[in-house]
Amino acid sequence: MKVAYWPGCVSRGFTPELHGSMALVAERLGIELVELDRANCCGAGVIAEHNQELVDTLNARTFALAQKTGLPMMNICSTCQGAQSECQERLDADSAYRAHINETLAAEGLSYEQGIDNKNFLWLLVEDYGLDKLKQQVTDPLEGLRVGPFYGCYVLRPKHRLGYDERPERDLYLEQVIEALGGEVVEYPGARKCCGFPIVTMNRDTSLRQAGTHVGDALDAGADCLVTPCPLCHLNLDMQQPEAAKVTGRDLGLAVLHLPQLVGLALGFKPKQLGMRKHIASTEWVEERLAAVAA
Amino acid sequence: MPDYTLKVRRYQPETGDGPYWQHYDVELDETLSVLDGLLQVRDREDGTLVVRCSCRAAICGSCGVKINGESTLACKTMIGEAHEFANRRNGGNQPIVVEPMGNMPVIKDLITDMESTHWTKIRRVTPWLLPEGEPPQREYVVPPESMIDVTQSMACIQCGACVSACLSMEADPDFVGPAALAKAYRFVGDPRDGQHEERLYDLAQDPHGIYDCTHCFSCIDACPKGVAPMDQIMRLRRLAGHEHEIDDVNNGHRHEVAFTKIIEKKGTLDESMLLQESYAPGVKGKLIPRAGALRGLLGSIPTALRGIRTGKMRSLPKLIPGVHGKLPGGDQKQVERIYAHAEEHREQLNLYIKGEEAEEDVPEETVEPEPDEEEDR
Repeated sequence: MKVAYWPGCVSRGFTPELHGSMALVAERLGIELVELDRANCCGAGVIAEHNQELVDTLNARTFALAQKTGLPMMNICSTCQGAQSECQERLDADSAYRAHINETLAAEGLSYEQGIDNKNFLWLLVEDYGLDKLKQQVTDPLEGLRVGPFYGCYVLRPKHRLGYDERPERDLYLEQVIEALGGEVVEYPGARKCCGFPIVTMNRDTSLRQAGTHVGDALDAGADCLVTPCPLCHLNLDMQQPEAAKVTGRDLGLAVLHLPQLVGLALGFKPKQLGMRKHIASTEWVEERLAAVAA
Repeated sequence: MPDYTLKVRRYQPETGDGPYWQHYDVELDETLSVLDGLLQVRDREDGTLVVRCSCRAAICGSCGVKINGESTLACKTMIGEAHEFANRRNGGNQPIVVEPMGNMPVIKDLITDMESTHWTKIRRVTPWLLPEGEPPQREYVVPPESMIDVTQSMACIQCGACVSACLSMEADPDFVGPAALAKAYRFVGDPRDGQHEERLYDLAQDPHGIYDCTHCFSCIDACPKGVAPMDQIMRLRRLAGHEHEIDDVNNGHRHEVAFTKIIEKKGTLDESMLLQESYAPGVKGKLIPRAGALRGLLGSIPTALRGIRTGKMRSLPKLIPGVHGKLPGGDQKQVERIYAHAEEHREQLNLYIKGEEAEEDVPEETVEPEPDEEEDR
């Protein structure tokens, strides 16, 4: 399997462990990544606030670069998925609008053709790679590890834009992957709620209250860790966790793993190789749980 | 006819007991609604079950509830689909869970108090026209196309489903919220209103206003009328920031400007620069950061220090605002060119009005005529 790979900005910025762990895991799974290193930021919903034509053209450029490779496109960030799907919806809906955007791209010899196939790693893993094949690759099943899923809004809503009409099970994929890796799914209220990150610089209290509440609820439900396909959720749930604890007035301390890290553990990679020591919320408990089961 | 089980959250305050769950079996066609199921329970089994409804056709907005955790209208949700959803989400043969709406006090069973949250918030945005100058002798005349953008927000039936679904309001009950802000856009987008700037200034400066929305899309999925309240909030932000250049105390506009400029200069995001520029743009000269912004910047320092300690911020360039590299080769020039073009045109496509037009994308010459059409010729 070979994909045009868009890692997004944050996986190469504040969550470098995501970019690194994805590279290791992809190689082990036999997914060849052709990185779109000339592509630009998706706008993360912020540029859309500023100027719709601008964000649509920027993402049409990324899509066109991906289409030039002749490969399906894969991203590793829920926010990229949502922001890019929003632009794709407009670009695909109206031929005159698409032609207008393509006029701008023509100067660098690019053109976006209607209907790009752009999937988050989570979707690709379940729909194209397949859970059965994934199970066959597992060398170190995550037995006894209690994992809380945290999706991130941008791969859940709005349903009509994100392909839920054709694939209504997309909001269950994290649970399916956790089970395929041998882990145990923890149910808690926050799995499909918002981490609060987009307003952390505008209303810090509302933002961190959301993150802190979800982490606290997962702890109360007995989770050993959370797993998320969104690095921006990771920033609020992990990097800001000590601050979220202050806002919600309770002790937290729950490891938050990126999706490729959780997959990597089951494929036999060591936590350090997967960059788990770089997290703010300690991942030692996860290592202890897995070591205890292995012993 | 199929059987379904409804698991209803009951609350009868006069008994002095707290809320509890009650299961009811109903028998009705899969294409009938969850509301039909609730009314069957009330008619045949339990006259004490309290439900609010009127039109039963998604017009009046009275029967807002949560079905399987999702805020919606009971009359617009087919019972067969609700059953399938419950089974898929929870596995096995599951009951359909019906609860009163969220983010508002419950009066009795499925009836919530719309006054204390929903209507209070709607009144908060002055939901009537405030025209400037003397009223005209006859009706106000505006070009039809100038009203296009507000038609979507005018479709609201005040059911409260978006308020119930709002995840920001769960964390901040003072958030003005999706229904009221969509209503605000209905007047900010109306050419007859004379208070656009005042309305925008008010909602941008309020810490619980337009910059308190987290982009979670819950209101878009909950709305039974396609109003997409979050999209209206983004329109308010676009107008407040771009058209009226309102420099709000919440750093909402500064954050948007900083983000947009960084991508123009670098192509990908320089997070350190974003933090600095959102809180205190132009510390090197042009503007004086306000006290609140400085507090925000200082408040982010412990988080940054923790990042350095764990090696998360792996190298110095990631920490110094502005050192982050540009896109390679000529690619940054292409991004700059896209900016120049898009900032000049600022074209917007409104899918609510426009709709999908997939058929038109097939070039005419490739459409083969039907055999009988040929015969006609």
